[in-house]
Amino acid sequence: MDNNFKKVIIIDYQLGNLYSVKQACDTVGMNAKISSDPEELLNADALILPGVGAFIEAMSNLKKNGLDTAIQSKVRAGTPIFGICLGQQLLFSESEEFGAGQGLDLIPGVIKRFPETFEERKIKVPHIAWNTIFKFKQDWGNSPLRDLGNNEFMYFIHSYFVKPSDDSCVLTFTNYDGIEFCSSVLVNNIFSTQFHPEKSADKGISIYKNWALINKLL
Amino acid sequence: MKTVRIIPRLDIKGPNLVKGIHLEGLRVLGKPSDFAKYYYEQGADELMFMDVVASLYERNNLHEIISETAKSIFIPITVGGGLRSISDIKEVLRVGADKVCLNTAVIKNPQLIKDASRMFGSSTIVVAIEAIKESNGRYLAYTDNGREYTGIDVFDWAEKVAELGAGEIVITSVDNEGTGQGFDLELISRVTNLIGIPVIAHGGAGKQEHVVDVFKEDNISSAMISSLFHYHYIVSNESKASALEGNVEFLNQKRSFHTFEPCSIGDLKRRLISNNIDCRL
Repeated sequence: MDNNFKKVIIIDYQLGNLYSVKQACDTVGMNAKISSDPEELLNADALILPGVGAFIEAMSNLKKNGLDTAIQSKVRAGTPIFGICLGQQLLFSESEEFGAGQGLDLIPGVIKRFPETFEERKIKVPHIAWNTIFKFKQDWGNSPLRDLGNNEFMYFIHSYFVKPSDDSCVLTFTNYDGIEFCSSVLVNNIFSTQFHPEKSADKGISIYKNWALINKLL
Repeated sequence: MKTVRIIPRLDIKGPNLVKGIHLEGLRVLGKPSDFAKYYYEQGADELMFMDVVASLYERNNLHEIISETAKSIFIPITVGGGLRSISDIKEVLRVGADKVCLNTAVIKNPQLIKDASRMFGSSTIVVAIEAIKESNGRYLAYTDNGREYTGIDVFDWAEKVAELGAGEIVITSVDNEGTGQGFDLELISRVTNLIGIPVIAHGGAGKQEHVVDVFKEDNISSAMISSLFHYHYIVSNESKASALEGNVEFLNQKRSFHTFEPCSIGDLKRRLISNNIDCRL
């Protein structure tokens, strides 16, 4: 292995399955390391912010270690970041979840919960399914989704979703039982998905590969 | 879009994949990793690994199988059997599981559902309910693979499980499990219409139509299946069990049961789609 590989830090804040994220990075040849050390994070060439669980718990864990300010300063300085599931939600301004408060505020917008009923139908929450992602205004050609066709299936498991203030950052939408929500975002150096590419078989792994290639991490 | 999930369930005893009837009388079918890889390639939506003897010994022995599987299989993996505490859960998540499935431990201590879902997120916590129908028509929850009587009403328990913060429920009809006679539709539809979280139907799939039937229930989005796929695998592949332990007679005969019409995951999904049931193919 070449030691000059770009260094990717998978941010560990004690929530979520980091093992699979690391396996996905290894599979495509990234030099990725799991770390909760803000110093290491500040020296990284790129960041991955994974996560499963509660927003409040996540923000409080990030703050405890000083990871929140480290992420903010790196991303504002242009370092590529890839947010996954809860990791995507944390990049936004604030959650509507009671008492949850502020996120990292790197993308303007709010986090909302799926309603229990929609058009008089009961909605099962969490949304746990392979569901399709489809194009919005942005082209996928220069994005990590560039090898995918429209309406590709990805794996979702979540109760909350993001609502950006400005929809020009939306890369894909997904429709869950009639409710359309933003399922991925691309804005400058920030790429994030509500679905789990590391749980979405070969097509999902191609997203890791293309994110690494676009950001020259291989 | 509303899509359904097909989840192969792998019951593990020691080093082997096993299958029983009514969750008992285990026969050895082969090496778990061979089946897992095959199901992944065939388009399984998730995998469930259950250590079927763990609850008796109060420990889960799947760590090695899970971390090996999670290296090359990029779909969600749920692990169950013998998980009793927050630290047990933390340990299986650390070695690569995405979700945990709890039964015996949460019947003894329902608070564990609340603590675990707060700590790991609701979506990580799956609760299994093993239901047996009494002669008076009442459904009661059992533990330890349908062996231990609890006296708890299935529907009361399902409501409580959802309220405590679980993300999903696997509802098993112990009466139908391993028999191939079809799902217990009454049990499954009553549970799913009662609660707001997703329900996974388990126990009884003997042919493709049974799975089509369960998805005709409006609020069912997942089916957990063992025998249909396992028997298809052993008749169409070389399966080598570890000869060290267990009942391998059945495997050596290389046959299925007459009550089953085995099929691959792909066959089943094509059948679902032709019945206007959406899923990932």
